[in-house]
Amino acid sequence: MSQKPKVAFYWCASCGGCEEAVVDLAEDILTVAGAVDIVFWPVAMDFKVKDVESMPDKSITASFINGAVRTSEQEEIVHLLRRKSVYVLSFGSCSHLGGIPALANLSDRQTILEYVYKGSPSTENTQGLLPQEKYTDEKGRTVTLPRFFNTVRALDQVIDVDYYIPGCPPQPKTIKDGVMALLSGNLPPRGSVLTPDVALCDECPLKKTKPEKLVIQKFYRPHQIIADPTKCFLAQGIPCMGIATRKGCDAMCIKGNMPCTGCYGPTSRVSDSGAKILSALAASVDATDEKKIQEILSGIPDPIGTFYRYSLASSLLRRKMVDRGG
Amino acid sequence: MTDKFEPRIVAFFCNWCTYLAADSAGVSRKQYPPNVRVIRVMCSGRVDPQFVIDAFANGADGVLIGGCHPGDCHYSEGNYKTLRRYQLLKRMLKGFGIDERRLRLEWISASEGDKLQKVITEMTEEIRSMGPLNLPSKIKTEDKELHLSGVKP
Repeated sequence: MSQKPKVAFYWCASCGGCEEAVVDLAEDILTVAGAVDIVFWPVAMDFKVKDVESMPDKSITASFINGAVRTSEQEEIVHLLRRKSVYVLSFGSCSHLGGIPALANLSDRQTILEYVYKGSPSTENTQGLLPQEKYTDEKGRTVTLPRFFNTVRALDQVIDVDYYIPGCPPQPKTIKDGVMALLSGNLPPRGSVLTPDVALCDECPLKKTKPEKLVIQKFYRPHQIIADPTKCFLAQGIPCMGIATRKGCDAMCIKGNMPCTGCYGPTSRVSDSGAKILSALAASVDATDEKKIQEILSGIPDPIGTFYRYSLASSLLRRKMVDRGG
Repeated sequence: MTDKFEPRIVAFFCNWCTYLAADSAGVSRKQYPPNVRVIRVMCSGRVDPQFVIDAFANGADGVLIGGCHPGDCHYSEGNYKTLRRYQLLKRMLKGFGIDERRLRLEWISASEGDKLQKVITEMTEEIRSMGPLNLPSKIKTEDKELHLSGVKP
């Protein structure tokens, strides 16, 4: 038997883009694949959960888990992988911060099920059936489905996580650096995000055009304006999360003439990334009277969706709650 | 809950105006409800929205920000920054399901001990009538759906 380190990949509530990102390593994947034994990877290889269950505890060197935790099945598997692994790496925005699926925390389980199975225009469900966790047919056979949680969670809200590889999806360089750090054993303190702890502006090609003092007369969403590719997005009034987001992606979106949406997550000094970006953007509004301020701020119609696009689950408030008062 | 609900209000007062108003209210023995926990900051502009959200997430029923009147800021425009942030923050809190009356911004100058007394009394009464926000216990209840846990708080 080979003595190569064993690794596992798993996906929870995610779109599959993170799996794609692994394949995006292109020829580098061969270096990685040559250096390790993959023991579990449901999306690409045929292993069963019982294969993992039968392994001794801590026998997997590293589990890369992407996706947010949304169902009881995902909860179960991540606990299993935690038990069997020396390191658990949270891979991608959803697992790191909750990601796009966590925007569902502005709704709730019942509303989502009602809409998806009954309300949506493309759904025909004449019997009004909703998924059941348990069903017994006339022959007495019972089938079960995982429980769909009310709240979407980041991975570290369910199990302990050793390292984070951020991004939606993580860029090949970020993955390679992370995996290489792991293989070399030259690891930063536990709990680190494996990218530099510096804001994106630092590596942004438009940095030189970022104004000394930001003044915003009007906010534009990317589809409302043809952005000048040579000028800082904030100077054009386009909300860009780069000022409150970690670098490491090589400013991919900026180079594609789109503002940063914040997928690499905040730097370590930030406790709530949405509040932080709100603070920076709102303070720069060029008005002193209430009405004018309101008018300019109306250019941000969906502050939660804009500022917490990837980080709602891991934010201080985590979800929409019912305020019984008022 | 059988105990009478006493609102917990976190108040951020600027060093130059509202904090002095609180001092003056104290010196002139003006009575107001003891429900506010005052935190002195150098300027209302120092009140990072993270502080407000942190307060709510940790059990505050209301947050009050007190600063100098427009035009009077010791640092010339800190209070305008607060006003802009406050407007967007209020809207955002609403999206999180938090009633916007739980966050209040007031301009109270050093000489306005009366106004401070009035604002605190009013806000305490309003929040008392709204009931507790209780986010920490709501988050805890929410986490009961995780059945394997016990590992994470």
